[in-house]
Amino acid sequence: MARFRCPDCGYVYDEARGDPREGYAPGVAFAALPDSFVCPDCSVRDKADFVADEAPAHPIAAMPGTPPRA
Amino acid sequence: MKTFVVSDPQRGTIVYRDRKRHLWLASLFYPLVALSGVGLYWVAAAEWVLWIPVVSLYAGVSLLDHWVGADPNNPPEAVVPLLEADGYYRWLPMLTVPLHFAVLLALAAFVATHALSAAGVAVAALTAGLYSGLGINTAHELGHKKTEVERRLARIVLAVPVYGHFCVEHNRGHHRHVATPEDPASARMGESIYRFALREIPGGFRRGWASERERLARQGKSAWHLDNEILQSYLLSALLQGGLIAAGGLVMVPFLAIHNVFAWWQLTSANYVEHYGLLRQRAADGSYERCQPHHSWNADYVVSNLLIYHLERHSDHHAHPTRRYQSLRSFADLPTLPNGYFGMFLAAYVPPLWYALMDRRLLALPHIGGDLGRVNVDPAARARLERRYGGAASLAA
Ligand SMILES: [Zn+2]
Repeated sequence: MARFRCPDCGYVYDEARGDPREGYAPGVAFAALPDSFVCPDCSVRDKADFVADEAPAHPIAAMPGTPPRA
Repeated sequence: MKTFVVSDPQRGTIVYRDRKRHLWLASLFYPLVALSGVGLYWVAAAEWVLWIPVVSLYAGVSLLDHWVGADPNNPPEAVVPLLEADGYYRWLPMLTVPLHFAVLLALAAFVATHALSAAGVAVAALTAGLYSGLGINTAHELGHKKTEVERRLARIVLAVPVYGHFCVEHNRGHHRHVATPEDPASARMGESIYRFALREIPGGFRRGWASERERLARQGKSAWHLDNEILQSYLLSALLQGGLIAAGGLVMVPFLAIHNVFAWWQLTSANYVEHYGLLRQRAADGSYERCQPHHSWNADYVVSNLLIYHLERHSDHHAHPTRRYQSLRSFADLPTLPNGYFGMFLAAYVPPLWYALMDRRLLALPHIGGDLGRVNVDPAARARLERRYGGAASLAA
């Protein structure tokens, strides 16, 4: 399962977790998201802008309130 | 004063002191301004003193912006992650949320228990609405953040002026479509603030509701499900304002109506001045270019920015919507307003004055160069503006 990152605000779409609040269940592949997908946090980057996130999943990074990595 | 130190691989050690750090505490004392009219009323036993807070806020902040002037305090980009992580700044807007409930309740209680004239009720409502307008601005600051507690507090404070759709509409609607003719929250050249309000208020509501309905539909839920965050906020509004009418009687109906509309009007005013006439260009495939720094009007005044969490550093806000107020930066060579937002609101309320201050300034921006084709023009005003400025490419000095 891969992770994709918003290049502006650092939001990460983790395929293993999905984004249930946005209506994407755990396991939904990034490629399966609609083309109209926009970053759920900043809304100013689209699906096409997202970049593959190679960093290993770290429990801290998934905590709400963690500022985006500089 | 706290010192932030970063060692930058290219530029060496960067030291930054936030000279405004403690000034942000002022946000905890704005309720005293809103309630000062009542205090004066008790002392002076005259109704006209109730006008003092509203008039002194608008006129006073405009004058203070003129006298105190621009803000030299600008954090280096390298320090932004440290500022973002500093809990002090994070707590302040959250602490103001209960104050917005307290001020509305206090002014409602004052109106319900004093024999005021119609004008007295109206000015108490305007005063409450003014402070609730700042509450919408606080919801703006909180609603852009990533933590659930801040987002929830945004919906809670929006319940005070019954504007629960604002965060969804603003983040998902305005930020995506800003500076385009399609955006009801971006003003067009030649559009008066009064016509703008009739497009912005219903347009924002429709777009916010549609966006929330789509999100819930993806979850397989109806728009009327209690997970609808707009509905949650409206329910709290119904409880609050319904309770006030039940407890305070019929005088609460006009009081709350004026309060609500005046709070919305503050937001309308901010939306009007923030992007007036600015237009993103379309690519060959019809899509709009990404929002650039020159698609927002900025003002960088110490006093008004303290009232509205650096909202006047608007280009940086659109470049990085989740960035916190203490980290927003100002830049030279951006579209700049001749006064702070409050002074510009007053100008906007007199449309001929607004056009006189803004239309040439807009056309003279370097990326527009007098070309009306690069301006977001109100279709109803296009013929008039073309007659006046059609051959005005020479304005680009
Ligand atoms: Zn983002």
